Amino acid sequence: MKTLAELQAIRDSMKDKVSLRNGTAGMRVVVGMATCGIAAGARPVLNAFVEEVNKQGLTEKATVTQTGCIGICQYEPVVEIFEAGKDKVTYVKMTAEKARRVVEEHIKGGKIVHEYTIGAAQN
Amino acid sequence: MIRSHVLICGGTGCTSSGSQKIREHLENELAAKGLSDEIKVVQTGCFGLCALGPIMIVYPEGTFYSRVTNEDVSEIVEEHLLKGRPVERLIYNDGAEDKANEHGVSSLSDTNFYKAQKRVALRNCGVINPEVIDEYIARDGYMALAKVLTEMTPDDVINTLLASGLRGRGGAGFPTGMKWKFARAYENDQKYVCCNADEGDPGAFMDRSVLEGDPHSVLEAMAIAGYTIGANQGYIYVRAEYPIAVQRLSIAIAQAREYGLLGKNILDTGFDFDIDLRLGAGAFVCGEETALMTSIEGNRGEPRPRPPFPAEKGLFQKPSILNNVETYANIPQIILKGADWFASMGTEKSKGTKVFALGGKIHNTGLVEVPMGTTLRQVVEDIGGGIPNGKKFKAAQTGGPSGGCIPASLIDTPLDYESMAAIGSIVGSGGLIVMDETDCMVDIAKFFLEFTVEESCGKCAPCRIGTKRLLEILDKITRGNGTLEDLDKLEELCYHIKANSLCGLGQTAPNPVLSTLRYFRDEYVAHVVEKRCPAGVCKHLLRYTIDPDKCRGCTACARVCPAEAITGKVKEAHVIDPEKCLKCGACMEKCRFGAISRK
Repeated sequence: MKTLAELQAIRDSMKDKVSLRNGTAGMRVVVGMATCGIAAGARPVLNAFVEEVNKQGLTEKATVTQTGCIGICQYEPVVEIFEAGKDKVTYVKMTAEKARRVVEEHIKGGKIVHEYTIGAAQN
Repeated sequence: MIRSHVLICGGTGCTSSGSQKIREHLENELAAKGLSDEIKVVQTGCFGLCALGPIMIVYPEGTFYSRVTNEDVSEIVEEHLLKGRPVERLIYNDGAEDKANEHGVSSLSDTNFYKAQKRVALRNCGVINPEVIDEYIARDGYMALAKVLTEMTPDDVINTLLASGLRGRGGAGFPTGMKWKFARAYENDQKYVCCNADEGDPGAFMDRSVLEGDPHSVLEAMAIAGYTIGANQGYIYVRAEYPIAVQRLSIAIAQAREYGLLGKNILDTGFDFDIDLRLGAGAFVCGEETALMTSIEGNRGEPRPRPPFPAEKGLFQKPSILNNVETYANIPQIILKGADWFASMGTEKSKGTKVFALGGKIHNTGLVEVPMGTTLRQVVEDIGGGIPNGKKFKAAQTGGPSGGCIPASLIDTPLDYESMAAIGSIVGSGGLIVMDETDCMVDIAKFFLEFTVEESCGKCAPCRIGTKRLLEILDKITRGNGTLEDLDKLEELCYHIKANSLCGLGQTAPNPVLSTLRYFRDEYVAHVVEKRCPAGVCKHLLRYTIDPDKCRGCTACARVCPAEAITGKVKEAHVIDPEKCLKCGACMEKCRFGAISRK
């Protein structure tokens, strides 16, 4: 038999798992997953984002999703972060490590990690 | 770690269009591509767009794929799930403005079909896996029961329901709070909570979809009802023709028992409540409350006179309540979000939303849930996508065999209890059959009467004999043998049956006749006086003729005619003998020169 507290615990732990179906949350993390991206290692990047966003309890705030080729194949893996009312941020040559830092600083903290952005890579 | 959920509809509609095979194939493909740990496949209940099944939705994007085949699955896995490129050609497009997201992918919630809907009873259908109780709990499932048991008195529950304005969704529209209040008032050591899942109206399937897509919402509401009226046993009377609903209900009941949300001492509050299933054998009359209870008791399903009403003497002569599936599905939300929230939707006297089953001559066959008071035009044209093949809207039949028709001139009528009653129809269970100019209204009335004659239990004479006589007169009219007096006789008999029948079946059976007579009397008159069926449906009134100028004498028609009614020499115009003609239309199909016409 379950108590009310146990029921609430089930709800809280399950909520994140089905929240994916509420559609897109405020922040959209889009990972380029075309052939070029996958070849450059986009899959571990995507997985790192998904894992970290869940681990940090940020699923209400950000949705991780994927897209096709963004067109800048030399910079793959490319990750773009969209937020309503703000300019799009494009991160390039991402790794799982960098992904975790972006989650921590950008998604959670609201501070863009400038050294990973396309602007930094082009300079 | 899961990054994407693929929802596949497992409702009856999509199951019959092959969604189970699609799901298996998808799971195999995902495994082959090594994506099983990243992408979760979820079988859900009905999404509502049954005509487009099998339906698949990919989250978090919300990409909506319709009419998915096995080959499509491979492409979706390869392109969308692996590479992130949604398969444009498979995305459902109903012409809705593609405001979607940056990739221009039409998301489910942006389609015209869903945009105007407000899903309360169907909130979990097509969102959760109905066979996993945790998914229901994740969407605040059983929180309403917890709130009721820990924070509310039975009177609080009744007052909340009364304030919400919730009325029975099975057809009669009786205030649910009142029903519970009456049953609570009768003292007894044993009371019962029953659920009417004997959905019998031809064309209505919202209850089935709720049971298949969100069975726990019904169980939760029944437990709330048990607490409120003082009952510890519930029965769901569900038709055996709903095998998927029965299976999911059984699973849901077992899971709720395992979690202690049904059974003894629920949530450690000392409240006991359990639910059992009773399968109906498909008699329409068993949807009537007294007949349903008689059937649960193990007797032949026949109604009995009221009073006493079930609130006083119902199942096993004990105080009982009976509510419809859709009514129950609204209740947990009302408890959690409050009466004001519910009462803010709908019209002055008809609160909340109503699910309609759209069928007949309409693009988007399926289930739609809209606020009460939404007009028929909005439902048919905006949500339903209008009439196919460029035909014109002629009428909509609401409420199945107990309801009436709404003619095109009244298409702006709001769909709520009062407005519908005022024009001689009913909201009923929510079946909404759309008809175009090729439907004959006399034939429609006859169709529903055939149904009620078949389903009349025979206990009372007005229904047993009266509906039979009605059908005979209608048959006579469609054969071209009717007289104008027959029309008056029809009307008179209708009122007799309505006034004198024992239960709702007989009392409402004449409605299709009365409302078609009211709005389409000219069509009846055409059948009687001109011996003509304006819509070209009634076989006996059709005349097939060959235009001698167009006929080349190829003999194709004569060879195909099963009655040898066509005669003529080769390369000369042929003639149809109307006495022998069976009106099968085979000749017309065969003729390559368009020489044969039907009038």
